[in-house]
Amino acid sequence: MERARFLLPLSRPKIGVHGITGSWRFRRPEIDYAKCVGCGLCWLYCPDSVVEIESSGERFKVSIDYTYCKGCGICASVCPVKAIRLSEEV
Amino acid sequence: MPLTIRDLPKEKYVLPGNAACPGCPETMGLRYVGMALGHRAILVIPAGCTSILQGLMPGNGLSFPIINVAFASADAVASGVAAAKRLLGEDAVAVVWAGDGGTADIGFATLSGAAERDEDVIHICVDNEAYMNTGIQRSSQTPLGAWTTTTWRGKREPKKNMPLIMISHGIPYVATASIAYPIDFIEKLRKATSIRGFKYIHLHAPCPTGWRFDPSETVEIARLAIETGLWVLFEAERGRVTISPFSRPYADRSRRKPIVEYLKRQGRFREVTDELVRELEREVDEYWGLLLKLSEQKVQ
Repeated sequence: MERARFLLPLSRPKIGVHGITGSWRFRRPEIDYAKCVGCGLCWLYCPDSVVEIESSGERFKVSIDYTYCKGCGICASVCPVKAIRLSEEV
Repeated sequence: MPLTIRDLPKEKYVLPGNAACPGCPETMGLRYVGMALGHRAILVIPAGCTSILQGLMPGNGLSFPIINVAFASADAVASGVAAAKRLLGEDAVAVVWAGDGGTADIGFATLSGAAERDEDVIHICVDNEAYMNTGIQRSSQTPLGAWTTTTWRGKREPKKNMPLIMISHGIPYVATASIAYPIDFIEKLRKATSIRGFKYIHLHAPCPTGWRFDPSETVEIARLAIETGLWVLFEAERGRVTISPFSRPYADRSRRKPIVEYLKRQGRFREVTDELVRELEREVDEYWGLLLKLSEQKVQ
């Protein structure tokens, strides 16, 4: 087959296409696992898919990917038991 | 049985490290589109924030099949995609993901054309109520009294009512949604895929950058819009309106929160006067009256 002479303007899915967006963050969401009830709402509302979720029995286990978390704080505002605290990023 | 978080697919359709602002409602909405349609969705995206948040070539921050097209052509392209997939006999859903500019202003000609031809397309209007991508200019979806960079003392004209315009096209399915109620949005999307013909979903999406509020409040503001009755969740099948469960309590005027609560949280309404608040309240009452008439439910 003849090789395409022009580069197709085609892009492919890539994690971190805009760099390490964690460096934008000035507030750091921290999960207090003693309070967390595992409802999964932070995962549902996170705009950047940085809340990792896995099922553990009846509930969910969540964790935050700090490499790409932009620190918007939506997870803290939707948490029904206030288990996510926003602290100053240093 | 109602959908729960457990039933939703956990795959990532919006990838971490994309170029969206913190607290972006559009990436939230796109995640729900992924959860609802999965790999069946083919997105057609006209110019807007979503063209930008995909990032620079050769990478892409979204893992959908996407065609990025010129502003006014989105629904025409989607009509072609739907026709091609039908001919090939492949199971795919052509989805137009357009902003309010790509729907109500610049993209309206092809939208209206595709709706009239009753193409097998889902059009989602993600409504952040101004041209946010180019620097917060007013659009026909900007509400009365809101500040933008082209309406310094607040917009003087009310918001154009897109869902009612689309109902008037006589298409099989029109719905409104809000990013604060993802399960409702996902259920409406899944319902839309089961219907043949043109489907229109209007998604209310508060933008922290353009509306001037803290990024963490995106969901709270969207919820307040429902609770004050300013935004109504409903679906209309062939013109028959049903108010969705989350909006149903607010048909009763006394159960709505005062509109000021919604306005004072946003910097764009800083200059709003009492007179304007009354004007907005009158608008909300009129809109609800009309919707309830269309749905033939009794006003409490």
